[in-house]
Amino acid sequence: MKVVIMGCGRVGARLAGLLDIEGHNVAILDTDAYSFRRLPPDFGGTALVGNGTDEESLKKAGIEEADVFVSLTQGDNRNVMAAQIAKYIFNVPKVVCRIYDPLRRELYNSLGLEAFSPTTIFAQMLKEKLEG
Amino acid sequence: MYIIIIGGGKVGYYLGRALLDEGHEILVVEKDPNRNEFICGELGSVCIRGDGCEVATLTEVGTGRADMFIAVTGDDEDNLVACQVAKHKFNVPRTIARISNPQNETIFKKLGIDVTVSSTNIILENIEEEVPTHPLTHLLTIKDKGLEIVEVKIPPDSTTIGKPVKELSLPPETVLSLIIRKQRKPIVPTADTILQAEDQIIAATTPESEEALRTALRGS
Repeated sequence: MKVVIMGCGRVGARLAGLLDIEGHNVAILDTDAYSFRRLPPDFGGTALVGNGTDEESLKKAGIEEADVFVSLTQGDNRNVMAAQIAKYIFNVPKVVCRIYDPLRRELYNSLGLEAFSPTTIFAQMLKEKLEG
Repeated sequence: MYIIIIGGGKVGYYLGRALLDEGHEILVVEKDPNRNEFICGELGSVCIRGDGCEVATLTEVGTGRADMFIAVTGDDEDNLVACQVAKHKFNVPRTIARISNPQNETIFKKLGIDVTVSSTNIILENIEEEVPTHPLTHLLTIKDKGLEIVEVKIPPDSTTIGKPVKELSLPPETVLSLIIRKQRKPIVPTADTILQAEDQIIAATTPESEEALRTALRGS
C-alpha cells in the first residue's frame, strides 16, 4: 500500500523504516531535511522536504493515491490539521494522527479522526508496570 | 455580546480594544506572560494566560456562553484547532479564524470554520489598488458563490476602444455591471455600449476567468 507520513522524528522515521522493509510504498515529509538522518540507511521510500499542512507538498508526496496518511509532528494542531486535510480534502481511506493532549484527542476522536495520545498510552503502561 | 479572542499579539490586542470600546464583554487568551501582563495593564483584567486550543482553558473562560469566538494567533493550524474546539465542544455559534496562508481559506471552510480572514490577501488587495497601472483590481470576493467583483481600467492604447460590448469575447460566468467614465455618472453597460479610453469597468467574474476578462476588455 501507499503510505504518506508527515514528520520524520524518531517515531516517524522508525515507522517509515518498518513499512519500507515490508515492501510498502512510503513517502515521508518533514520541514527540515536534517531530520531525514533518522531514516535507516537502506530506506527505499521517498523523503521530501515540505509542510504537511500545505496542499502542494502533500500532492508532491502522492497523497492523491495514498491508502494511508499518518501525522506525527511535534505539534498537535499541525497533526490535526494535516490529518483533516488528508481525510476530508483528499479522501485518504485511512488517516491516523498523534495528539499528545488527551483532552484534544478525545474531542477529535469523537469528531471522527483516528487519533492516539502517547501521553495516555505511556502513562497507562507505566502504571501497569509499576503495579505488576 | 461575550467574545473570546485567542492570541494577544498586535491583532488580538487592538481587536480586543476596539470591541471593548463598542461595549462588548471580551476575554483574550494568551500564552506569553509578558503579553498577558501588557494587555491586562492596558485594558484591565480581560486577559488570561493559557493555551486557547485546550479544552481545560476554554472551559475555564466560559466558552460555553460565548457568542463569538475569534482566533487570531500567527499560526493557521492553532487558529483552526481553537475554532474547532469552540465549535464542536462548546457550540459557539460563530467562529472566526485568521489565516496567513491564503490557500487555507478553502480548507478552513470545508472543515467548518464560519468565517476566515486572510491578512495576506487583504494586504495584497490594498496594495493592488494603490498601484495605478495594475490592470485588474479585486474589489470584493463573494466567497460562498466563488465569484469576485473586479475593476478593470481601459488604457488609452487599448485595442478594444471604440468597440461595442457585444463584440468583446467575454469569458463565461462574467457580467459587466458598471462603467464609470471621466467626469460622468456611472452607466450600466448594454450590448451596444461603446468602450472609451479611461473607462473603469466593474465586473463580476470568477478567479479562473480573471485573465480572460482582462484580455477581452483591454485587448492583448
